[in-house]
Amino acid sequence: MTTTTAPDRAPARTVPGVRSRRRTQAHRRSTPLTIAMLAALAYFLLPLFWLVIASTKSTQDLFNSFGLWFSHAPQLWTNVRQTLTYDNGVFGRWLLNTVVYAGVSALGAAMLAAAAGYGFAKFRFRGHGASFNLVLGAIMVPTTALAIPTYLLFAKVGLVNTPWAVILPSLINPFGLYLMRIYAEDAVPDSVIEAARIDGAGEARIFFTLALRLLAPGLVTVVLFTLVSTWNNYFLPLIMLNDPSLYPVTVGLSSWAAQAQNGGAGASSNMLALVTTGSLLSIIPLVVAFLLLQRYWQSGLASGAVKQ
Amino acid sequence: MSAITAASREAPRRPVERRRRLGGVRPGAAGPLFVAPFMVLFLLLFLAPLGYAAYLSLFQHKLIGGTTFVGLQNYVTALKDPLFLHGVARVALFFLIQVPVMLVLALLFALALDSGLMRFARVVRLGIFVPYAVPSVVATLMWGYLYGPSFGPFAQLGRHFHVPVPNFLSDSWMLASLANVVTWEFVGYNMIILYAALRTIPGELYEAAAVDGAGAWRIAWSVKLPALRPALMLTLLFSVIGSFQLFNEPKLLQTIAPNVIDSAYTANLYGYSLAFTSQQVNYAATVSFLLGLVIVIVSYTVLITANRRRAS
Repeated sequence: MTTTTAPDRAPARTVPGVRSRRRTQAHRRSTPLTIAMLAALAYFLLPLFWLVIASTKSTQDLFNSFGLWFSHAPQLWTNVRQTLTYDNGVFGRWLLNTVVYAGVSALGAAMLAAAAGYGFAKFRFRGHGASFNLVLGAIMVPTTALAIPTYLLFAKVGLVNTPWAVILPSLINPFGLYLMRIYAEDAVPDSVIEAARIDGAGEARIFFTLALRLLAPGLVTVVLFTLVSTWNNYFLPLIMLNDPSLYPVTVGLSSWAAQAQNGGAGASSNMLALVTTGSLLSIIPLVVAFLLLQRYWQSGLASGAVKQ
Repeated sequence: MSAITAASREAPRRPVERRRRLGGVRPGAAGPLFVAPFMVLFLLLFLAPLGYAAYLSLFQHKLIGGTTFVGLQNYVTALKDPLFLHGVARVALFFLIQVPVMLVLALLFALALDSGLMRFARVVRLGIFVPYAVPSVVATLMWGYLYGPSFGPFAQLGRHFHVPVPNFLSDSWMLASLANVVTWEFVGYNMIILYAALRTIPGELYEAAAVDGAGAWRIAWSVKLPALRPALMLTLLFSVIGSFQLFNEPKLLQTIAPNVIDSAYTANLYGYSLAFTSQQVNYAATVSFLLGLVIVIVSYTVLITANRRRAS
């Protein structure tokens, strides 16, 4: 399949040299360096390790047993069941919302960025430079500083407290457009477009059947970026949504955490355990997707960061 | 040169080359059509909110007398508002301390991974990158509980061995604790950007340096660092934007430490509480707008300083 092999193409010009270098250095290894980096790794994995342990404990055991090891009565399944059934299964609803918001945003943002990136890379038209520079300038505008103004505008037109309030702002990804333009310039050769035109293909057909396939690796990168940023988004849904049944998992978990903090952590309530187990459940899908697709990150970031 | 300036600078001289290369391409209307969906949404969802906020920031709402046009009065108020100024000062301090630490760590990790000198490089690279997949909400909750004096493991270990452990959630430690959470989240992301850039350096450069008798450190300093410049600029710019709009982490730690993190702890938190707690919509718009302006100014200052130093 082209999508799995192609990402290596972005830095392809230099790959042969890189490979030969790896080979010549392969015989020298530094133990101190390895140890230092493993220590760093331990720091980055510590909170995740703690989270896995904590998800197996009842709220009482969280307080009464050592945080970095299992208690005498691990109860992961009890916690998972309670997390998924608490408040009529609202947690499942939050996960589903997150999947929908992140999925629609990521696919939409990637398609919009691909079409516009292709348009900017392969066509010249009036306002070409000005519009592209306008979007580039927007990379500097912080999304959070934009969120309150967007809320005020959405409140005016009645979009607040609907899924669109979260999805629409996530569709515009200026950095994604920038990546796609750079990617399209190299990945879609002018000669291929030219040949298709001579064969009588329309511009839309060229884009959807030809260019989009060649753009696939870059497209995956933008999908991943938007997916992670929408999946992890907190500020925007926090201000846009009041209805708990519309919450994504981030806002839902923070509301549980506040509940656990404000006296919900009594002996009868298992709220704190629900927060830790819910946290674990919410990060599993993304971490798995991440590890499986990690090569795309690197190639996508390489083409964005290295281009002179 | 940075990735972003590079693209914007080359824009003016590009069309000439491009026309030559495209040769017989008919101009047609297709280009604008491909660009239109993005640009229309960009106008509606990016420029319109900014415009609307700018408009709102020129008015004031009073219980008696309703909404009146006040010109730049809100901006004058904000620039004298100690809550806003302290919020901006705090994120500026955060930026000055946290970002260098984070970027230096990311750079060291990327160089170590790229050196080919270590074992388990793949596992280490993935493990350091994984926190980026963790939502900041979950990251902050985890660290918040780890910091906690009651069941945090640091406090537990301290009690067990009778070693005093500082209260990480106290006033004097809070900024450092926040910096640790943000560093944990984003070192891996920045490391991957830098590592990806390192992998594209042509191998011949290393061979040439090695022939000249350069060691690993010397190669890192004289060959790799200069080649990393655009990627470093990119990470620096993202970090400016990230730290000045700091919100999620302090907002979540606020539930654990309400006495330490007040509603104006960061500039963004202040804007949020103005809009949603005290319902001062016009003033909230002013504060958001000013914060955006501060970030754009700092970003451009960073860009210009870097480019000037390179030129001289």
